[in-house]
Amino acid sequence: MIWGVLQFPGSCDERDAVHAYRLAGGEARLVWHEERDLRGLDGVVVPGGFSYGDYLRAGAIARFSPAMEAVAAFAAAGGPVLGICNGFQVLCEAGLLPGALLRNAELRFRCHQVELIEEGTGARLSIPAKHGEGRYNAPNELLDQLEAKGQVAYRYADGHNSNGSARDIAGVTNERGNVLGLMPHPEHAVDPLTGSTDGLRVFERMSGILA
Amino acid sequence: MTVGTPKHRELGLTDHEYELIVEQLGREPNDVELAMFSLLWSEHCAYKHSRKLLSRLPTAGERVVMGPGENAGAVDVGNGYAVAFKVESHNHPSAVEPFEGAATGVGGILRDVFAIGARPIAILDSLRFGELDSVRSRHLLDGAVRGIGHYGNSIGVATVGGEIYFEEPYEHNCLVNAMCVGFAKTAEMVRAAAAGVGNSIVLMGASTGRDGIGGASVLASAELGDGDDAKRPTVQIGDPFEESKLLECCLELLEKGLLVSLQDLGAAGLTSSAGEMASAGGVGIDLDVALVPLREADMEPFEIMVSESQERMLAVVEPERVAEVQAICEKWQTGSAEIGVVTDSGQIRILKRGDVVGEMPVEALVDGCPLYDLEPVEPGGWIYGNRATLAPGVSAEDELLALLAAPSIASKRWAFEQYDSVVGSRTVRRPESADAAVLQLPESGNAIAVSIDGNGRRVACNPYAGTVEAVLECAQNLACVGAEPLGLTNCLNFGNPEKPAPAWQLDRAVSGLADACAALGVPVVGGNVSLYNEGPDGPIYPTPVVAMVGELPDPARVAGSALVAAGDAIALLGPFSPTLAGSELAKQRGELDAGLPTPDVEKVANACRVVRDAVRAGRVASAHDVSDGGLACALAESAIGGGIGCRVDLQPLRERGCSPEEALFGEGAGGFLLSGERSALEDLGAVVIGEAGGTTIEIAAGDRSLVVGLGGAESAWRSLGERAER
Amino acid sequence: MAKARVLIRPKEGILDPQGKAVERALPALGFEGVEHVRVGRMVELEAEDPAQLGELCEKLLANPLIEDYEIQQL
Repeated sequence: MIWGVLQFPGSCDERDAVHAYRLAGGEARLVWHEERDLRGLDGVVVPGGFSYGDYLRAGAIARFSPAMEAVAAFAAAGGPVLGICNGFQVLCEAGLLPGALLRNAELRFRCHQVELIEEGTGARLSIPAKHGEGRYNAPNELLDQLEAKGQVAYRYADGHNSNGSARDIAGVTNERGNVLGLMPHPEHAVDPLTGSTDGLRVFERMSGILA
Repeated sequence: MTVGTPKHRELGLTDHEYELIVEQLGREPNDVELAMFSLLWSEHCAYKHSRKLLSRLPTAGERVVMGPGENAGAVDVGNGYAVAFKVESHNHPSAVEPFEGAATGVGGILRDVFAIGARPIAILDSLRFGELDSVRSRHLLDGAVRGIGHYGNSIGVATVGGEIYFEEPYEHNCLVNAMCVGFAKTAEMVRAAAAGVGNSIVLMGASTGRDGIGGASVLASAELGDGDDAKRPTVQIGDPFEESKLLECCLELLEKGLLVSLQDLGAAGLTSSAGEMASAGGVGIDLDVALVPLREADMEPFEIMVSESQERMLAVVEPERVAEVQAICEKWQTGSAEIGVVTDSGQIRILKRGDVVGEMPVEALVDGCPLYDLEPVEPGGWIYGNRATLAPGVSAEDELLALLAAPSIASKRWAFEQYDSVVGSRTVRRPESADAAVLQLPESGNAIAVSIDGNGRRVACNPYAGTVEAVLECAQNLACVGAEPLGLTNCLNFGNPEKPAPAWQLDRAVSGLADACAALGVPVVGGNVSLYNEGPDGPIYPTPVVAMVGELPDPARVAGSALVAAGDAIALLGPFSPTLAGSELAKQRGELDAGLPTPDVEKVANACRVVRDAVRAGRVASAHDVSDGGLACALAESAIGGGIGCRVDLQPLRERGCSPEEALFGEGAGGFLLSGERSALEDLGAVVIGEAGGTTIEIAAGDRSLVVGLGGAESAWRSLGERAER
Repeated sequence: MAKARVLIRPKEGILDPQGKAVERALPALGFEGVEHVRVGRMVELEAEDPAQLGELCEKLLANPLIEDYEIQQL
């Protein structure tokens, strides 16, 4: 399985995502934001960081890149797409995922380990979160729809929702289920030397979409 | 501007210095030349009051790849790899605009590291502010922390460590020292020396505006009217996004072998970069200011030459490779312009559309500045104030809680959680989990540890002893994670060197630094000096900030500082002889005074070796250096970290002649707090003082014994956030 | 209660990283001939005493060192 990890000017965790996929037993390469050709790739990751400096709105400029156009087509065809942190923001700006990410309720960037509950299985994952604009928000009717259709993928465990996300939502999928976005960083939870390895579960989930 | 004052004095040059310039030029300088000289001959660039002292520092070592004089120092970490590092100050800009001052401080030190071809992998910062009951200090703290976070997080380099101290002498002069660590293949590193007559000088990165022009604005030829705000010198604003692009661009250019040399633009902008490149290479440089991409249309030549606009780099490129270089800059969406050429004239010539508007010999500009001797005079006693915040006669429990809650000692989690400490996937030990940051280097098959330390108050008690202690503290922190020091960088933050007491402090501190480094065998590979840090109440505490990088073979064998398991024995190792001199307790009692014992460097070094080897062999469960607040605080920190109480008896320290108070709260070098299996600790020569377990911290120390609940201790220790956000 | 809108923008001459990034991205999205982009903030408020607004802007809403502000009485 070969994963493509997009790289925008300002991306930070793209190499970490490539490295994580290798640790997860797969293969990954960087995809420059001007590339339109995703042939040969089994899945795409839109990584964390500060694409275009987060200027104007986080993800607002990156979503217009040629690579993102290709990703939209890839997703429409059912290909797995994982958006992490800034990647989640880009996917929301691009309309590939519902909702939006706003400034943290505490108004500060915060880097800390959080616990997530995997919706459906109840599995508890310990993963680092590091963002200043991670408060998930959507109109109530939309949130009700997401809940009804099983599109909520992860929630912050009790006491771990420090950014004020609506309904403790940490990650969502699109209706079809092949596009997943989450604010915490699973690519930083794959190596026992640097923290927990619970992030591997998220990558396994993505690989499972192809099966 | 005072009517009648000569321009050179307005620019900070003495009459004597001006005469030397005239002599070296063979004529009077014009405005462009005067502006350039005034900057390169300033204290900040020329180190005129410190250069003679700095020659005392040991700089050679078999692991040194790059030493002082290059953009950053670097040490060999094996298998063809090197680690680059340096610390720099950005004190005065941060006092004016803390967010941008701290942000641009980080930006600047990052550029110093990637200028030698090393990819930045870590940032650390050492900060000093006045006490937190001052609105101004809270504002500066908040701004500086947000600024460091903003820049470091946006550019994707992990901020893995640092320190923050709060002391009244920093009220009017905060200190913001930023350190960067980078990683490179030794063979791919590059030096700054310009070379190759006829080679092109290419300016890369952001366009040039009026940022940081400051005092040189007196040379502006247009009259500044009311509507001319635009022409006033502007605060430097950092743009981490621009730097992110510039960084990737430069590393790609270096990887492809397209650059002859590279230099970052920092203080004094084009003047110092071009000057230093030319000087290092023994060549001349011609620059045409009309070719410099400008952010503002009508800038004068002197403004272009002294602008401190951020995120710019200067490169020397062979003419046939310039097109390729520019194509890569285009790819990364960062600017590039050919602005000059390397010559064999030995002169720096500034042109405007081909006409010479300034010229001087490179040597005069870069090395012609006179170096001054200090006139140190030891002050009669303690020259700083004292303010008691602890009522007399309080219990030992209350003393411990007061120390744990002291902003200088309390957990800095409020600050470090604003920094991304994991990006890059190298961070094996995140902030506050061990005494030093640890970063894995899978490429070279090992790991490095980094610590930055310096207690200005203790240096004020005795600059020589206090500085020796700072170096030892660094080494001890590295030992706790199993690392052996490879090199040291330092930032010397002091008051006005033209005054007798600060001069004495600087002189003694540099000697302490030199002697400690020589005794430990740790070379100084680079550093920075920031002088004239004085306010209306006098100079800051003399603050030599020292940082070390060490290597360790196995990142899986790194002890943390927290207690691990109930039942583990707790032991003390090392020539620890604590006294209350210069301690946090003495400060809170209002009893600070001159005088500090000089540590026994050799004995401490031996203890470091023992601890280091023990950690590497996995023989200890935890290791924590005893520093601020003494042994009681170190025990509390280890207990809080592990969520496990402890019960110890400090009788062994009493037997060394310490009073109960000294045993509990006394400070000094040479103390290691270890935990683990009892016989393993005894085999190391450590003295077992108790055991981990329970939910209280119980310390027996003669008539000053104490018992505090773990929860209460933790509340006190985690109180910085609320105090900072009041 | 007086309603007011305060527009805060980077001072002329000060580097505006946001404005620069937006301006640079526009041509790639098909927008030519757009320049001098500056990105700021907008604050709306209601005040009993409009005379305070100047000081409020100077002390909190704007950073007078690097930003200009404009008060629009609504």
